[in-house]
Amino acid sequence: MDFKSPEFRVKVGLAEMLKGGVIMDVTNASQAKVAEDAGAAAVMALERVPADIRAEGGVARMAAIDKIAEIMQTVSIPVMAKCRIGHPAEALVLQALGVDFIDESEVLTPADEENHVWKLDFKVPFVCGCRNLGEALRRIGEGAAMMRTKGEAGSGNIVEAVRHLRAVRGEIRRLGTLDPAELVPAAKELQAPLELVEYVAREGKLPVPNFAAGGVATPADAALCMMLGAESVFVGSGIFKSEDPSRRAKAIVHAVTHWQDPVALLEASRGLEGAMRGLDMAKLTPEEMLSRRGW
Amino acid sequence: MVERSPVVGLLALQGDFDAHRKALAERGVESVEVRVPSDLDGVAGLVLPGGESTTILKLMEGTGLDSRLVDLVRAGLPVLATCAGVILLAREVRHPAQRSLAVLDILVERNGYGRQIDSAVVDLEVADPAGLGSATLEGVFIRAPRVTEVGEGVRVLAKRGGDPVLLQQEKVLAATFHPELTDGSPVVDLFVRILSALG
Repeated sequence: MDFKSPEFRVKVGLAEMLKGGVIMDVTNASQAKVAEDAGAAAVMALERVPADIRAEGGVARMAAIDKIAEIMQTVSIPVMAKCRIGHPAEALVLQALGVDFIDESEVLTPADEENHVWKLDFKVPFVCGCRNLGEALRRIGEGAAMMRTKGEAGSGNIVEAVRHLRAVRGEIRRLGTLDPAELVPAAKELQAPLELVEYVAREGKLPVPNFAAGGVATPADAALCMMLGAESVFVGSGIFKSEDPSRRAKAIVHAVTHWQDPVALLEASRGLEGAMRGLDMAKLTPEEMLSRRGW
Repeated sequence: MVERSPVVGLLALQGDFDAHRKALAERGVESVEVRVPSDLDGVAGLVLPGGESTTILKLMEGTGLDSRLVDLVRAGLPVLATCAGVILLAREVRHPAQRSLAVLDILVERNGYGRQIDSAVVDLEVADPAGLGSATLEGVFIRAPRVTEVGEGVRVLAKRGGDPVLLQQEKVLAATFHPELTDGSPVVDLFVRILSALG
């Protein structure tokens, strides 16, 4: 992979600009405005927030184009949109529309149960979810310019995000302890391209920014993701499924900016109404876990 | 390289401040992250990074950081502003209109070259090789603003197809692109020279 190519650099460049910020799921222009006014660094357009997809069932697809276009007209911050895993045609439509980032997302119903989109062929940057380092490196090998740990979208429960952040961080650390010969079996075990495994072992980090997602419901949840090495946080259902979206959105932005300052975190946590109702992971069947989609 | 390393304040509310930290560290310049006004105490220079200008503005609201930054720039502190940082400093911001600190005499249009699909790495025309210290310059443009008016006290150091993209007003250096994302950029070198000229 050519990390120095101009195409790759401008893709990763936008991911760099989004660091230390919050990317919020929105389903229409008025929610996008609330997100922008609260200080979101970008918005993610989708047809239903993950909690509703989970509750209502059915096939979840790319959002209606007119809705995404309206969101793009309404806000000046970057607009991302989701396509289904392995659905390059949806991705081409989103690229032609001019969205700033595409999320090939497990939150939508996968279109291909073996292959992901070959993202290197696109001009628009992609973000993909991962549960571990091997999955992250496979996506980067396909051309993803940003990773996000999957967590469990629409659950309001941070436990899976923590699991995935710790898994990625732990595996990165382990690679750093191996000698060059040992990286070959490590790549085999991770099912990841050797050159990317070598990069991680040498640099001690992914070749692209790593953000967190899935289950963030409170300012403290967002700060926890930052403590575990996330460089930004995606918030899905946690904002617009709470009782006070605008206030909660501002509080989560504040928590991500000042995550190292306990007094600022306390301030961000004050005066919030009810958070979204969360789900107990033990009550979900494997088929109900969105994070198991993608391979 | 500087003899007595001055400490530069990096506005770290949101954006690519870590890329700036690395670029300065490679040149032996220490930096400190700035999130509240007291973080600015004793800094010898200031970096306003790329990121989302709307977001950074919202995060400054009510903190007193904005007025403190204006005072420091007016007092002659060396500043390197890139992309969103230039939007923060501009006299006037359009497309859409947005509040700004109004200490740099230029007019900018946000996302002036289009959306992310129009982001690009571009070879720039160096208008002032002596001032920049280099005859060539690469510009990494990410959803970049376009400078549409330049005041009398502002020197244009480099252009992209006629548009001013690197400007200097006294000790303020403003790039609508991202020198922090180019290895060994002469723009960061120039900023370090401005810093060390203070002695």
